Amino acid sequence: MRIGVVTFPGSLDDRDALRAAELAGAEGVALWHAEDDLHGVDAVVLPGGFSYGDYLRCGAVAFHAPVMDAVKRFAADGGPVLGICNGFQILCEAGLLPGALLRNQGLRFTCRPVELEVANTSTPWTAGYAPGQRIRIPVKNGDGRYYADTVTLDRLEDQGRVVLRYRDNPNGSERDIAGVCNEGGNVVGVMPHPEHAVDPLLRRGTDGLAIFASLRAGAQPLQRSR
Amino acid sequence: MPRVAIDVLLKHEILDPQGRAVERALPGLGYADVTDVRVGKHLELDIDAEGEELSARVEKMCADFLTNPVIEAYRWRVITADERADA
Repeated sequence: MRIGVVTFPGSLDDRDALRAAELAGAEGVALWHAEDDLHGVDAVVLPGGFSYGDYLRCGAVAFHAPVMDAVKRFAADGGPVLGICNGFQILCEAGLLPGALLRNQGLRFTCRPVELEVANTSTPWTAGYAPGQRIRIPVKNGDGRYYADTVTLDRLEDQGRVVLRYRDNPNGSERDIAGVCNEGGNVVGVMPHPEHAVDPLLRRGTDGLAIFASLRAGAQPLQRSR
Repeated sequence: MPRVAIDVLLKHEILDPQGRAVERALPGLGYADVTDVRVGKHLELDIDAEGEELSARVEKMCADFLTNPVIEAYRWRVITADERADA
């Protein structure tokens, strides 16, 4: 299993995501924003950070990067794509996931562990968790308030596309949503940082590791034409 | 070359915590008569186009990149040199 991690100018957590992939037993492959090439990886992670300075809107400029054309094709073919934090914002800006991430309700940058419930374990990124499992991983953002209109929110709930839910909503996200997936389930966006909770040496615990290990354990990547 | 000004705000139904923070700060400064504050963005740009082509290009630019239609609403107009916000 080769997990590619895209580095944009301003990405912060690309190294952590690569390391998390390795700790989960996969090979981490560094991908570059300016290349329209995913080097044959089995899965793609868009990491956290402040791509292109988050100018205009978070993720708005990154969505026009050359690598995103390749990511869109990969996602359309059923390839597993995970956006973490800024990566989630990029996926929303790109229209690969519904909704948008807004300024936190309290206007504060929030950096602390949060309790989450895994609400969907049928995605390739969450298959390693038990349904309804409670996990604890950090959030680290200023623009983490998930928003979509009521019709979209109802559809997400009806289709079981809420992937992670806050137990104690830190930012005013609609319906406590911390992560969602696309209709196919292969594209997942999460605001908290699983890659920061993978090493037993750190107090944060290892609840995030299953995100990266799920790819190996459960759902094999879908067969793709290319 | 025509200059276009674009004003962007979060849609009215969406909570604007920045606007609310400003609104709450104003009474302490003696402006107790202010309500419904919204904070947004003002963009200005020169564009080498005219008439319907100009409209179409500005609308497309706004829809594709300059604004996010999921959360934002916008208005734009062609302005004269002395209407620049930075004049």
